[in-house]
Amino acid sequence: MLILTCPNCGLTAEESELAPGGEAHLKRFGPGSEDADFEGYLFQRANPKGVHFERWRHAYGCGKWFLAARCTVTLEVFGTYPAQTTEPPTEIVNKIKAKRPDWSLS
Amino acid sequence: MFNSVSALPGAFSAGAATVSEAGLVGMVTLKADLTDKKVAAAVFEVGGAKIPGQRCIEIAPAGAIAWMAPDEVLIVCSHADAPGVVADLDAKLTGTHHLAVNVSDARVVFDIQGPGAREILAKLAPVDLHPDSFQPGELRRTRIAQVAAAFWMTGDDAFRLVTFRSVAQYAFDVLAMSAKPGGEVRYF
Ligand SMILES: [Zn+2]
Repeated sequence: MLILTCPNCGLTAEESELAPGGEAHLKRFGPGSEDADFEGYLFQRANPKGVHFERWRHAYGCGKWFLAARCTVTLEVFGTYPAQTTEPPTEIVNKIKAKRPDWSLS
Repeated sequence: MFNSVSALPGAFSAGAATVSEAGLVGMVTLKADLTDKKVAAAVFEVGGAKIPGQRCIEIAPAGAIAWMAPDEVLIVCSHADAPGVVADLDAKLTGTHHLAVNVSDARVVFDIQGPGAREILAKLAPVDLHPDSFQPGELRRTRIAQVAAAFWMTGDDAFRLVTFRSVAQYAFDVLAMSAKPGGEVRYF
C-alpha cells in the first residue's frame, strides 16, 4: 500500500484516496513544435525501475494535485511537494542521493 | 412552486449505531482565496463563524463552516437560508474573485449515532478514527466504500456525513450494512 502525504491538506493519505497522474515535470510541446517533440510530449514516458517523480491527485480528499518522489520497486517515498514546482526540489534530490548513491537526476 | 424533498426521506436503520437521513440541509460551496481578509470577513458575516483551520470545521449559530480544500469552504446552514447565503456572499464579494454555489440539493446528509459510530465509519473509510486521532472539530473528506464523502463529529459517538445525492441509496445501504449486529469489531 502506497501512502503519500498531501502537501495541500496535510493528510497522510493511502493509495485508495489518491488518483495517479503519471510522470511529473513533463515539458510541454504545443502548437508549432516539431512533430517528434510533440509525439514525445504526448506519448514518451520514463517508466523507470527505481526513483520516479510522479503527479498524484488527492481525489477523494481535498481534490488537489501534488507531486511525489518515490521508488517504483520498493514503494519508498522520498517526499511530496506542490504541483506548482517545475523541477524536483533540491531537498528531495539530496534525500534521494543519500539513500541511492548511484542515482542521479537525469 | 415546488417542494424540496431530500434524497431518502425518513431513511433509518438501527444497529451498532443508528443511521438516519438528516432531511433537508442547506449547503453552500464557496471557492475563493481563503487568506484574503475580505473573504474571511464575508464568511464570518454570512456564515456566522470564522474560516476554519486546515481540515477543521467551525460550528456556527445556524450551522457550520467546513474547510474543504486550500481554496474552498462549505457553509452549512438551514435549507431555506442557502439561496440567501449565496446572494449575501456574492454581494459582499463583488469585485473579489470567488464562486458561491448552492449545492444543498446535490447532496445527502446522514447522521450516524451510537457507541458503534466510530467503528461503522472506520470499516468503510481509510481513516484512523481512534479517539486519539479523530475528534469533534475536525472534518475529513475521504471515501466510504466506493463513494466520496465528508464527515465530522457532532458529539461523542455521533457523526454527520455528507455525500452526493446520486449515491444516497448506496451510501445508506453501506452504512446500514456496516452497522449490522454481529459485525462489531470492538477495536476502539
Ligand atoms: Zn489533500
